[in-house]
Amino acid sequence: MPRLKHFFRQLLLYKSATVGLAIILGLIAISIYTVFSIPYSDAIKLWRAGEQYWLDTPRNALPSWVNLFLSKKLPETIILDTENPQVGVSKAIISAGEESSVIKVEFVFDYRYDDFPSEINLFFKSSYNSSPPRLTIHWVKPNGEDIVLKSMLVAKDDRYYISNDEKLARRLRSTFSVKLNRTIGYDLPILVLLFAQEDESLLDPGTAKVMKGTYRLWIDGIAFEKDVKLDAKLVVYGKVYGWAGTDHLRRDLGIALLWGTPIALSFGITASVSVALIQIFIGALCAWFGGKVDTVLQRVTEIFMVLPFLPTLIMISTLYKFNIWVLLLIVILLSIFGSGVKNYRAMFLQIKEFPYVEAARAYGASNFRIVTYYLIPKVLPTIIPSMVLSVADFVFLEAALAILGLGDPLAPTWGKIINDAYVNGALYKGLYYWVLEPSVMLALTSLSFAMLGFTLDKIFNPKLREI
Amino acid sequence: MPLLDIIDLKKYFEVKRGIFGSKGYVKAVDGVSLSLERGESVSIVGESGCGKTTLGKTILRLYEPTDGKIVFDGKDITHLTWKELSWYRRETGLVQQDPSGALPSFMTVKRILEEPLIIHKVKDKEERRERIYKVLEQVKLTPVEDFLEKYPHMLSGGQQQRLVIARSIILRPKLIIADEPVSMLDASVRVEILKLLQNLQRDYRLSIIYITHDLSTTRYFSERICIMYAGHIVESAETRELLTNPLHPYTRALLNVIPDPDPSNRFIIREVPAGEPPNLLNPPPGCRFSPRCRNIMNGLCDVKEPPVVEVRKGHFVKCWLYV
Amino acid sequence: MAEPHLTVKNLVMYYRTVRGEVKAVDNVSFSLPRSKTVAIIGESGCGKSSLAKSIIKLLPRNVSVYKGVILFDGVDLMKMDEESFRRDIRWVKITYVPQAALNSLNPVIKIGEQMIEPLLLHFKMRKTEALERAAKALKTVGISEEFINHYPFELSGGMRQRVIIAMSMLTNPELMVLDEPTSSLDVLTQANIINLLKTIKRDLKLSMIFITHDVGLSSELADRVAVMYAGQIVEFASADEFYRNPKHPYSQKLMDSVPTLKTDKKLDFIPGSPPSLLNPPRGCRFAERCPYRFEKCKEPPPVINLSEEFYVRCWLYEKR
Repeated sequence: MPRLKHFFRQLLLYKSATVGLAIILGLIAISIYTVFSIPYSDAIKLWRAGEQYWLDTPRNALPSWVNLFLSKKLPETIILDTENPQVGVSKAIISAGEESSVIKVEFVFDYRYDDFPSEINLFFKSSYNSSPPRLTIHWVKPNGEDIVLKSMLVAKDDRYYISNDEKLARRLRSTFSVKLNRTIGYDLPILVLLFAQEDESLLDPGTAKVMKGTYRLWIDGIAFEKDVKLDAKLVVYGKVYGWAGTDHLRRDLGIALLWGTPIALSFGITASVSVALIQIFIGALCAWFGGKVDTVLQRVTEIFMVLPFLPTLIMISTLYKFNIWVLLLIVILLSIFGSGVKNYRAMFLQIKEFPYVEAARAYGASNFRIVTYYLIPKVLPTIIPSMVLSVADFVFLEAALAILGLGDPLAPTWGKIINDAYVNGALYKGLYYWVLEPSVMLALTSLSFAMLGFTLDKIFNPKLREI
Repeated sequence: MPLLDIIDLKKYFEVKRGIFGSKGYVKAVDGVSLSLERGESVSIVGESGCGKTTLGKTILRLYEPTDGKIVFDGKDITHLTWKELSWYRRETGLVQQDPSGALPSFMTVKRILEEPLIIHKVKDKEERRERIYKVLEQVKLTPVEDFLEKYPHMLSGGQQQRLVIARSIILRPKLIIADEPVSMLDASVRVEILKLLQNLQRDYRLSIIYITHDLSTTRYFSERICIMYAGHIVESAETRELLTNPLHPYTRALLNVIPDPDPSNRFIIREVPAGEPPNLLNPPPGCRFSPRCRNIMNGLCDVKEPPVVEVRKGHFVKCWLYV
Repeated sequence: MAEPHLTVKNLVMYYRTVRGEVKAVDNVSFSLPRSKTVAIIGESGCGKSSLAKSIIKLLPRNVSVYKGVILFDGVDLMKMDEESFRRDIRWVKITYVPQAALNSLNPVIKIGEQMIEPLLLHFKMRKTEALERAAKALKTVGISEEFINHYPFELSGGMRQRVIIAMSMLTNPELMVLDEPTSSLDVLTQANIINLLKTIKRDLKLSMIFITHDVGLSSELADRVAVMYAGQIVEFASADEFYRNPKHPYSQKLMDSVPTLKTDKKLDFIPGSPPSLLNPPRGCRFAERCPYRFEKCKEPPPVINLSEEFYVRCWLYEKR
């Protein structure tokens, strides 16, 4: 124990180690938090569920903290639901005689952001026996102008994608072109038409300004039945979401960023530790026994060294789609007969000649005992630095495979996020956060292990130490 | 019956020369005979590469002898297998030159001493503990508690060598081979270690083979000296006899060049035989010292290997001068 | 009496490590007349190699204190700037043979090429001329000239050590600093090298600083002896005085622990081990192991002059 304490004191003399260790501890804390707060099965469900699960989140939203740095505030998502009574939501269904009911729903919300929302959807749930309710949906702008959006019959589980209603768009465009006495471009989105100030600036989506104020969406409905039920939900999708933003499938990137940490750490650490230990063992066997054992293991190693690692791995993972843990196993299997075996063998060839090994033979230690109790412990401290350093390598390897689209398609990992971003042209569309967030996590991980590893190298291999 | 009887022992190492691998042999030990009584100590003196270390390791059966015979306690151990040698390992101990290298740096003192006991199936923990305490007291690493949990690098050179000695005697062997046990130590500590070995030899009737390049320490340590040159024992006699009355030209040369501290030394140029010891891959014919010998008899010394002659009682020399 | 060739006065060299300041050379003084040899004797870690390096200003990078006076031919080397020291002194007037130098020869460069490097560097000599000089130097150390074109691995240890000595003589130095020049060699080879050094000393009138742990061997060359213990010189004496009648208790004990071949004596040893140079005791550094220890030894011992030059650092010799 005092040795360990001494070791840590020595380690913390180096700033790089302190920083590296702090980051690693942070990553570990994140991992522990993640594993306990979002169990893996939940995470997988959330990540794989696709759009059904993520109806209420915006697509490709930035993380919400970007608003802290922007002068033009981006909109948050506004959800108003009659099932969830709150200020601004009102619903009334009145039976009007034996055979009919009148439905009134009203959503009122304040919109004071500087940018337009990304989408607006209305979701309906209704129950009726034979005749569906007929609804007329109105949109009232802060200046009091009332626009009829649509008249429709609602099915039991129905939705109205307001921002995708081309008919409405055409209607609004012609209304506005009359109003402004200008032709309005075909591509002016419906959201601008619904939310913009009605002046010249409207003509170009780049200059259009938001009309700030209280908006109202109200529904006037009638059903020819007595016990009709209807619930409506208005979602005005913002352009920011959560602390991490969302991807093209509306999924919260936070989940993958969080879960990426324990996955990356366990992948990296398991791979580097097991590869190092197995390589040491093989190296020790080669050096100690020599002869046929050595020849066979050396030839196998050479074959594996000639095989190009990454292309082989890419080939294998193109042919089979692996779950990430199988991938880990394959990475380990492909790495164990690496150049490390040669290095360790060379080290052991020297250690083998050390007098203490000879002494052990002289008092009768068996071959197995010498390999495990005398040879291996001698090199363990010297390989800890390279082991720590190679954690970063394996984390990167996993990410690289995922980026190439060869990783586990379902696991929420950093590499997978980057892959999604890449496939969906994130950089082309200017969605930098999508690439940057996982990249920062990757960079932090490898940086921390590198800083710790290099310092450990200085401590364990004093020749490198600056005096 | 002697404890150890070595008869015409040979140890050759095979080497490949050139690309096509024409085989050659390094004749590190080439026909050595030696016998040792219980409780006796003998020194083997020679320069580096003369085969003295190989001889020691072959006796311990760390090497398989090429030819000859090793009889220990009446049992022929020359070609026993590793498993059959287990009892022999208990009966012998090894003390090496470099104490810090001879101790595994990652084990504590306690663990280091426990290893031989575990290997030789001393299963009772209490017994192991007692034996460790006893042996540490024997080598005067006291108070024992202070040392048990230490790592070798926390000990001084002298203490490390005591620990090596403790390890070599913990199985209560009858024979210790000490290969240059003090050459890496400082002068002030050397004597201490040699005295410790001497006391152990006396108190426990240990037999010790003391291998060294330093003739001056043998005078205080062993009863008999064997001088080794290029794989042969060229002279052997009782210590005093050999030092006062050296016969072989090589022994004489050695004795002549080793300075005792004396201010008049600086005015003398000493006579040193020319040349270097021969390459054991291809030793010269005849007497191996002949190319460097002042008293060479051409046509004899450089042709025929000299026989071993007992010039006086117990004083053997391998030289044509005394035939 | 003639001016000494080399005078070292109160030389101090400390260096800093992670564990603290190592007081490797702590207030060392001695003097050496022209064409004489001083042997610096001490056990491993006593600072004798550091002393040698301090004299030729080859300091560790982490040196923290370096002061004192080194008078060489009347010039204070400490005051000399690095550039002129390098040009006029190191490898020119003072050469240094580090410990185990024979193993530091580059195995892939011919011996001649390695030998002449300082000549080309310091004297801007032409290569053919330099090689001639190297061949001559090899001859003086008893190696045939043709070895100029051989590689170091073709030579035995003893021959390589001769090459190193030849190399250090190329510039016709006035002072040679030899750090354990024979420590890894066999007895006969060692005797050979010592013979060589003796002839060099006799014929070329070189001054030498001979650093060794081997008391017997030191008597082969030494005209004067400095005994070092824990960073300090505890006794500085003439050879005649020292080998017959050592003064300091450490010197006496050390002498008692040297086994002799030709005469009988009772061997003794010094129990314990030397103090760490990181934090040596304030008083006498040998006190803990000294059989004559008394109350005063807790204070730093005075330097007692036994003659004009020689001294012992011990309370026992304090004049009352």
